[in-house]
Formats: sequence, C-alpha cells, structure tokens
Amino acid sequence: MQEPPVLEAQKVNKYFYSPDKTQVLKEVTFKVTRGEFVSIMGKSGCGKSTLLYILSTMDTDYEGTLSIDGEVITGKSPSYLSKIRNEKIGFVFQFHYLLNEFSVLENVMIPGLKLNKKSRHELEHIAMEKLKIFDMQDHALKKANQLSGGQKQRVAIARSLMNDPLIIMGDEPTGNLDKKNSDIVFNIFKELAQEFKQTMLIVTHDAEFAAGTDRIIEMEDGYIIKQ
Amino acid sequence: MKISLILEIAKALMLARFKQTMIAAVGVVFSITMFVALLGFMNGLNKLLDGLILNRTPHIRFYNEIKPSVNQPIDLTDEFSNFYNIIRSVKPAASRLSIYNNEAIIRTLEEDPRVLGVAPKLSAQVFYNVGTIDITGVINGIDVEAESKLFAFTDYVTVGNYIDLKNTSNSIILGKGAADRMMAEIGDVIQATTSQGNRVQLKVVGYYQSGLGDLDNVQSYASIGTVQKMLGETASYVTDIQVKLKDFNLAPAMARDYRDIFGIDADDIQTVNAQFETGTNIRTLISYAVGITLLIVSGFGIYNILNMMIYEKMDTIAILKAIGFSGRDVNNIFITIALTIGFVGGSIGLILGFMAGLGIERIPFETEALPTVKTFPVDFNPKYYIIAAIFSIVTTYFAGYFPARKASGVDPVEIIRGK
Repeated sequence: MQEPPVLEAQKVNKYFYSPDKTQVLKEVTFKVTRGEFVSIMGKSGCGKSTLLYILSTMDTDYEGTLSIDGEVITGKSPSYLSKIRNEKIGFVFQFHYLLNEFSVLENVMIPGLKLNKKSRHELEHIAMEKLKIFDMQDHALKKANQLSGGQKQRVAIARSLMNDPLIIMGDEPTGNLDKKNSDIVFNIFKELAQEFKQTMLIVTHDAEFAAGTDRIIEMEDGYIIKQ
Repeated sequence: MKISLILEIAKALMLARFKQTMIAAVGVVFSITMFVALLGFMNGLNKLLDGLILNRTPHIRFYNEIKPSVNQPIDLTDEFSNFYNIIRSVKPAASRLSIYNNEAIIRTLEEDPRVLGVAPKLSAQVFYNVGTIDITGVINGIDVEAESKLFAFTDYVTVGNYIDLKNTSNSIILGKGAADRMMAEIGDVIQATTSQGNRVQLKVVGYYQSGLGDLDNVQSYASIGTVQKMLGETASYVTDIQVKLKDFNLAPAMARDYRDIFGIDADDIQTVNAQFETGTNIRTLISYAVGITLLIVSGFGIYNILNMMIYEKMDTIAILKAIGFSGRDVNNIFITIALTIGFVGGSIGLILGFMAGLGIERIPFETEALPTVKTFPVDFNPKYYIIAAIFSIVTTYFAGYFPARKASGVDPVEIIRGK
C-alpha cells in the first residue's frame, strides 16, 4: 500500500473581505509526499504566504479540504489544531521569531515542553543535539536577543525540529538575511533534506534557493501555474 | 497542559516587564494593607464604643413597670362586653416595684443552659446632703461579684477597689461627676437621704467612671444589702434582674418567653439599644466600602498593566500559538500572571496590614471620656484578613480575565503577516 501524502490540499479557495471581496487562492490542489523538499515560488502578492498559513492550520477561514498525514483537518477545533501544530509541524518565519524572554536553549525546548512527552532532562539533551546540528551549542545559554539575525534563524530552525515534525514549513526563511547567512541557512535546509530525509515546504521568491529544491510549485494570481 | 510550563512562561513574561509588574503588585499591597488596617482600626473603635454601653447593658432585664392595668374593671363584666368601652384619664395601677418571688425566678434563670449569669439589682433615688445643698442621685444596689463578672464593673471603677463595696459595710462607689460635685475623697463619709426619708451615712471606697458624663453625674453603686437597708426593705427586695446570655442573639425570643412565664416586664438588648447596632453596621459598611474601592482601583491598575503587556508581547503570543499553544494556554498564562500579582501583593499586604495594626495600637489615645483606654483600639479579627485575601485574589482574577481573553483571541497570522 502506498503511504499517504504528508500534506494534501484539495481545491482550496480563499477570499479576503476587506476592502472588497477578492479571491486570493483559486482551486489550489497539490500534494507533498514524505521526504520531499518542495518550494513555492511566485511574485509577492500571488497568495503563496496565504497558502502557507492555511497549510499551517493557523488560518482556518478557507474553502476546500486540507489533510495532514492522511487525516482531514479542515473543520477541526482550534485546540485540536494547536496540538497538530505542536506535534507535526515545524515553523520557520521570515523574521526569526524567537521568544526574547527565554534563553536559546529554552526557546528550542518549548515545543517539547508543550508536547509534554519527555522529561525536562531528556528534552534539554535533545534541544542541545538540535543546536549542535547548526553549530549553535555554544550560544545555548544566551538570551535570544543577544544573537545576530543569522544565528536567530538557525535557532528557529532548530526549534522547528524539536518534536521531529512531519513537515517543516518556512515562510521566506532567507528573506531577511544577507547573502552569507542565507547561504548558511540554505545549506542547512539542504542538509536536512538529504541527511535526515526531512519533508519541507518552503515559500520563497529567491530563484536560486528554489533551484536547489526537489520540486518547485509556481504560483501566480492565486493559481498554481506549474508544478 | 503542564502547569509548570505555564508558570515558567508567566514568570519569564513578568520578569521581562519587572517594573510594571512590581507597580501592579505594589498597588495590591497598598490596598490590602489599607483594607486590613482600616477595618481593624474601625472595628476596634466600634467595639470600644459599643462596649461602653453594651458591656454594661444586660441582655435581658426583668422588672415591674409602672403602668395602667391592661384589664380595666369594665372589661370584666359581661354586661358591657358587647360595647366599645372608652375610659378616660386612666391612672397607673399601684403595683409594687419589687419583683415578686424573685428568688425562684433567679433560680429558674440560673438553671437555663442558655444563660451565662444572673445579677439582681436594686435602684434607689436619693439626695446627697452636702452642707445645706441636696444633690439628686441614684444608688444602684448590686451583687458586687456577679456585676463585675458579667458586666465588667471593675473596668469602670477608676479609683479604689471594687471589692471594698462588699467587704466594707455601708460603703459606696460614687460616680466621678457626683464625687467631684460633692468634693468627696476616698475614705470620706457622705450622707444621703432616701425618698422615704431615711438618712444614711455611707463611706466612699471608690470612683466610678463610665465615660458617659450624664451617667457619672447621677449613678453611684453600693452593695445590694446596703441599699435594702437604706430603703428599710427585706433581703428579698429586688427591682431588676439582669441576665447575660451566652449568645445575645437569643435575647428577644427569650425575653418574650419569660415575660409570659413570670408575668413581669422583660426588655432585650436589641430593642433597647437598636441605635447602637445601626451605628455599628453603618460604620462597618463604610469601612468595607472604602476598602473594596481601594481594591477595585488596584484591580484597574493590574488591568491596565496586563493590557499593555499584551500589546507589547503580541509577537510572543503569536509565536506561542504558532508552535502549538492553544488560546486556552495563552489565556492561562495571563490569568497566572494576574493571580501571581494578586497573591504576592495580597500576602505582603496582609503582613504590612497586620504591622500597621500593631503600629496603630501603640499610638497613645488618652481621653477623659474613656478612662480605661490608653491607646487606639485595633481589632485583629482573622475575618478581615480572610476577606482581604479572598478579595485580592478575586479582583486580580477579574482584572486579568479580560486582557487574558484578548490575548487568547490574538490571531497569529495577522501578527506574523503584519511584520
């Protein structure tokens, strides 16, 4: 039997209502299978970020059906969706989004603490391992706001890996970084895809970045024009 | 959801905005301190003022009232029973003041388990003969031991020893006002004339000062035997029976029952002193109102600070939600912050309030009217501390409730997109 796709969107429509009703996503249908490294490309305003937020379960105001790991999650309760986000999805945003009140290590640990399946001691060990992948272990006890932009993004990726998620979603993870740092981050993603067979779905408008992925989904005006 | 994680995040948020959190907590500390100190002080004063009258007032007093007969002769005849009889100019019946069969009544009362104690009393109108001048007064004949045990008689004997009243024959404790007018020193012998015309010599063994000037000008005390002798009556002559109950709330019902059983008049403390109760209630009400207002104001302070914190921490809330925290978790985090402020502020407030009470209790408060009081009275009733503790938690909970609800409703997409 074939494995169910990690992520499947069927005929997803999305409207914005202010100021006028405009359709931003039109009949978006696609799949991501296990181990794939997929990028979504398109000009700004084509709806790619909107699509990502729907896929991430944070935006529930859409038409169509969305399944994660073979389970239809459209119409589930917000608290159930929170659980899915915690367990199965890892996020990387354009603007690093670390919690400045906590240390680097704690930032990485929080999704694990929230999942509450392992002891604090184990989680600390796992978080340290994740940081080691990105060569950030020396900064573990620093506060999040003492890091540089590139370092923060690396920590954010480490955090997204904390619960060994089914899929990692990134919203222009290199968009806010200089060339050097974005190369580092890109290499990290590649490494994750090749060495850890991590399923990833990254929104980007960086053609160079997209070229390095397994599959490119191109969007324009709310449609998928090529995959 | 693990509580420890909620606590950890709440703690981190509070430490990140430590100054603001402190200010909110200080607001609670201040209001709780004031609440406890104010209520303690107010009620201390209340108790003192009420005590002035109520300590000296029997819970039930039995006596014979001079009044017209309830059943006039015309009502007893069958001939006029179908008529509406109007009698003009009715005069009081010549009943005796002494309580009939009072020894049996006292014995019955003493056997009643609800009764704490019984003290017979006898009042006599007298003139004090000072040179050529006569000063009116009332001498109360009391059972010295029962009176001091039940009605704190000793507290009001400011000079001299109360027990001399019993041990020295023909002795008197003069009201301070009366003594001043007669210029009677301790050990002096004064002369009094009763309304029957008997003259007696009485030795002054002490001064009585209740703090109520009118009372002290008139009232003096002697042992019940002395007064019986003055009036030329037997040892069974008693005009009042004063009863102190274990629970004075039973007084009205008991007064009613015994009035019918003994066939004499009975007054209960609630009826006689209704105005004191009203005064006390209103003073208590005012102090609660002020205290609770303080707490509510500090509640608004917490509300404000939490609201600001939520605006500042929108990013944090969005990230927490993105990585799998539900609205409920976020809600719990902010409620935890509010309750922590309430709990810490409240606890410190209770301690400071207690210390403020101790401080107030040391402030000298000497007044002619209150001979037994040297410092301000403070009531350390745990009731006020419990109320303050509950209120600090309840107001902070409500102060946190609305901001927390707002935080739980934050849409992470909007925040993340908005950047």
